[in-house]
Amino acid sequence: MNELVFFINNVIVAGSVSGSIYAIGAIGVTLIFSIMRFAHFAHADMMTFGTFMVLLLTLAFPGVGAVVGLPTPIVMLPLAIVLTALLAVGIDKTFYKPLRAHGVKPIVMVIASLGVTLMLQGLIRLFSGTGAQNLYLAGERKEIYRLEMPFELASRPVIVTEPQIILFVLTIVCVVGLHLFLNRTRLGKAMRAMSDNPDLARASGINTNHIVAVTWVIAGGLAAIAGTLLALDVTFKPDLSFFLLLPIFAAAIVGGVGHPYGAIAGGFVVGFAETLAVFNWAVLLRPFRDSLPEWLAQAGNLAFVGTEYKIVVPFFILVAILVWRPTGIFKGKVI
Amino acid sequence: MPSIIDVRHVHKAFGGLKVINDCSIQVEKGSITGLIGPNGAGKSTLFNIIAGALPLDSGQVLLDGEDITNRPANELFHKGLLRTFQIAHEFSHMTALENLMMVPPRQAGENLFDAWLKPGLVRREEAEVRRRALEVIDFIGLHHVRNELAGNLSGGQKKLLELGRTMMTDARVVLLDEIAAGVNRTLLGDLVSNIERLNREMGYTFLVIEHDMEMIARLCDPVIVLAQGSVMVEGTIEEIQNNPQVIEAYFGSNVA
Repeated sequence: MNELVFFINNVIVAGSVSGSIYAIGAIGVTLIFSIMRFAHFAHADMMTFGTFMVLLLTLAFPGVGAVVGLPTPIVMLPLAIVLTALLAVGIDKTFYKPLRAHGVKPIVMVIASLGVTLMLQGLIRLFSGTGAQNLYLAGERKEIYRLEMPFELASRPVIVTEPQIILFVLTIVCVVGLHLFLNRTRLGKAMRAMSDNPDLARASGINTNHIVAVTWVIAGGLAAIAGTLLALDVTFKPDLSFFLLLPIFAAAIVGGVGHPYGAIAGGFVVGFAETLAVFNWAVLLRPFRDSLPEWLAQAGNLAFVGTEYKIVVPFFILVAILVWRPTGIFKGKVI
Repeated sequence: MPSIIDVRHVHKAFGGLKVINDCSIQVEKGSITGLIGPNGAGKSTLFNIIAGALPLDSGQVLLDGEDITNRPANELFHKGLLRTFQIAHEFSHMTALENLMMVPPRQAGENLFDAWLKPGLVRREEAEVRRRALEVIDFIGLHHVRNELAGNLSGGQKKLLELGRTMMTDARVVLLDEIAAGVNRTLLGDLVSNIERLNREMGYTFLVIEHDMEMIARLCDPVIVLAQGSVMVEGTIEEIQNNPQVIEAYFGSNVA
């Protein structure tokens, strides 16, 4: 049974963690695409920026968390969300809006977003240094919950950490909130209308500039959440985005670009595919050692790919989806 | 009669192609003005310029004396200037009813704070908008398909939906771009009487692009003929039909 617990810890928990993070990131990418029709490459750096804001705020007010009873970075998250949303709107006003006004092709916007990526990354590196930093400062510790399994044979517990629990809760809140927003509110419907037919939206009196700004606020806010929760689970690094960009785009495309529910599903598909691919299947075979052929029983490592090559998994999924089902699991394009 | 739309010396070129060339037209308040002309005369371009969907190169557009040159379409909508599209536009992933419900301007639910803080107000408004949308959808005869996705409607039904959109709000001027194309004859009769009724009872002014001369003859007075980007003649339908210049523009010189 310990093998099963090992499987739960390394695949179910770990997959849910990366799945949630990819899902929240991919929602932003997909919303931006459905409203502005371009792939926003700087999205992962907006995540890093949000995380960096949390780091700065935590450094500035290290004692706040203890008062509330939550980790300080979590308490600082709402403020970081606001700052990242402002950054997103600011970047749009400064870099993307003039291009849109000239009616450039989407590829020009994509290249511009690559420029923004480099700029943001440079800026963050300039202020944060190049090393990894732990978001848990001031002697705070990651709470670790050990869930004992009710089986006699399972001596090892399932391990979930506090930031992981917060991540799961926030993911559910984000998904439900987004669903209600898009389907119940007038503004959400106006967003759907604009992604469907921008000319008609304008002719129906919908202020499309306003919708664009709202899109950036939502995307920026979600980016801050995803980035921070990832950094809480591991550490903050200025080049965090390099590890996120590919899986997030893979998630958005797997789900069908422009489809927020697809992005959520895609996020979990990519997250679980990663953890399943690097999982050492030999562990699960161990209890059946005696009944297996010798060559299989002897194998020490039966992972599909080594952990160092984890990044090839979303890349493979991306290629496979583009070849076999280019519209994604859900048909994309319109919210 | 005061003109509600006043287009003054407008020029517009796409690359080297001069589509609108020193064009000036006036639309009288309360009229149903027809805009005809051979293909490529610049009718739709002129429409797009008036409706704020295309920037003009030079010239001026006034709405009831107010300069609206190069204002965005959504702003013009709130000033009471509405348009339909030559190729019917619809929100294809929403139902026909939802399409109409998107239209009424400045609902409380559009404001992020009101949407959360004043649910009662938002709900009352929604109910009101829904009631109106149901009336309109009855009126344009699409009641039986109101819950179908608009993308699945036929071309003619989409055209009717376009007209329905203009009835969801109190418009001052409606630009109709080939509303009759692809609509069957029986529906067309309804459409024409609806337009006349909106004009008579609600005081809508219409500017109508149309290829269907029968409809123009029944509906429009005056009629403006556009050729090569500027006004060729303007007058009643009889005057237009007997004008040798117009016949030449439509059928070529050897016919006349």
